[in-house]
Amino acid sequence: MAGTALPGRLIWQAATVSAVRAETPSARTIVLDIPDWPGHLPGQHLDLRLTAEDGYSAQRSYSIASDWPGAGPVEITVQRLEDGEVSPYLTDVVEPGDRIELRGPIGGWFVWRSAQPAPVLLVAGGSGVVPLMSMIRERGRLRARQPFRLIYSVRTPEDASFAGELRRRVRDDPGLDVHFVYTRKTPDGWPAPPKRIDVATLNSHGWPPDFAPDVFVCGPTSFVETAADILVALGHDPSKVRTERFGGG
Amino acid sequence: MGIISRGFGGRRRDSAPDLPPGQYLTQDFPVLSAGPTPRIPLDRWSFTITTETGRKHTWDWAEFTALPAEEITRDIHCVTKWSKLGTTWKGVSLDTLFEDVETAADYVMAHSKGGYTTNVPLQDLLDGQAWIAYEFDGEPLDPEHGGPARLLIPHLYFWKSAKWVNGLEMMHEDEPGFWEAAGYHTYGDPWLEQRYQGD
Repeated sequence: MAGTALPGRLIWQAATVSAVRAETPSARTIVLDIPDWPGHLPGQHLDLRLTAEDGYSAQRSYSIASDWPGAGPVEITVQRLEDGEVSPYLTDVVEPGDRIELRGPIGGWFVWRSAQPAPVLLVAGGSGVVPLMSMIRERGRLRARQPFRLIYSVRTPEDASFAGELRRRVRDDPGLDVHFVYTRKTPDGWPAPPKRIDVATLNSHGWPPDFAPDVFVCGPTSFVETAADILVALGHDPSKVRTERFGGG
Repeated sequence: MGIISRGFGGRRRDSAPDLPPGQYLTQDFPVLSAGPTPRIPLDRWSFTITTETGRKHTWDWAEFTALPAEEITRDIHCVTKWSKLGTTWKGVSLDTLFEDVETAADYVMAHSKGGYTTNVPLQDLLDGQAWIAYEFDGEPLDPEHGGPARLLIPHLYFWKSAKWVNGLEMMHEDEPGFWEAAGYHTYGDPWLEQRYQGD
């Protein structure tokens, strides 16, 4: 297990919000123009800092949703946490033209590198899809040959971020499969009742362990614990299963 | 002071006394791990200190839990911004474990089941500053929080408190561990906000 060194230090800088876009009733994408962005790998995150008029400030980390074509804006997609301090500001208050301090990119482990030849299995719980979406977008832009499968667990169809884009990408790209798991309510005509991710889901819609896929699991702690335990029980090498868990607000 | 965020008031300031810069208070116990949670049977657990000369000091679970243990109450601070105050642990002081260890090396690499590593100066492990903890809140330490036993170094960011720790290796030179090689700070003092390389 080895990471990749990130050179230099991470400096706070002011980004400008150039657009916002609703993804679901409680998640919003914020498009950021960052004057001096060094580029990022899919899966990395950034730190964002808000400051109140009296100088009080709060920092949080957010996964980057966009890929990096070498220039242009950077997108984060934020899920509103009802008791959160920063996320409701980002989902409900921020408008184009606002400036936000941030620094990044951060993280050298939970990243997909296009030079890795293995097939890729992405397992998302709720807003854990965000860093995985960056990987899917990077794959699409590079027309990478590694086949990708995404298993995406959401409570209801309305809670799925990027649903239209994922549909379009699956239609246009034979190397990408997406399977949804609905835990509370399924779409009309869905062949199974709501359920949580289980052995059958990962067995049927993941890659066989023999393919030695690179696996990325992201979501709330309980979801990640469950999915990672099942993957190891199915025979996946634990060192090939990378996880990112989130909690707090 | 940074750029003012239009319309941002902040909610948590009243409930967050004495936190290191950039941290917020949580009542939960979030989990940060790079991979699946290993399950380590106690009859296969061991802990080894390896000196720079290759001399090994090893304890199995029965030997380890027979050592004098301490009750520890400390605040903990995760680099992902949460802090949790007054957490209570039971564990064996590193002072106890190093009692019979002869070493002239100044740095330590902690090793964990699954290949995770983290580097710490030896002086940060001694003098009542660090433990191998095996209970949290009066219960055996849960696997997702690092059980059966984890390193506990509360005065550094919590990634230094390696979960599933199974050994310490003495080193003459400071070398980066797992998160440190991935861009995190080599020392990690929360009060100096040493989150990332260069902080």
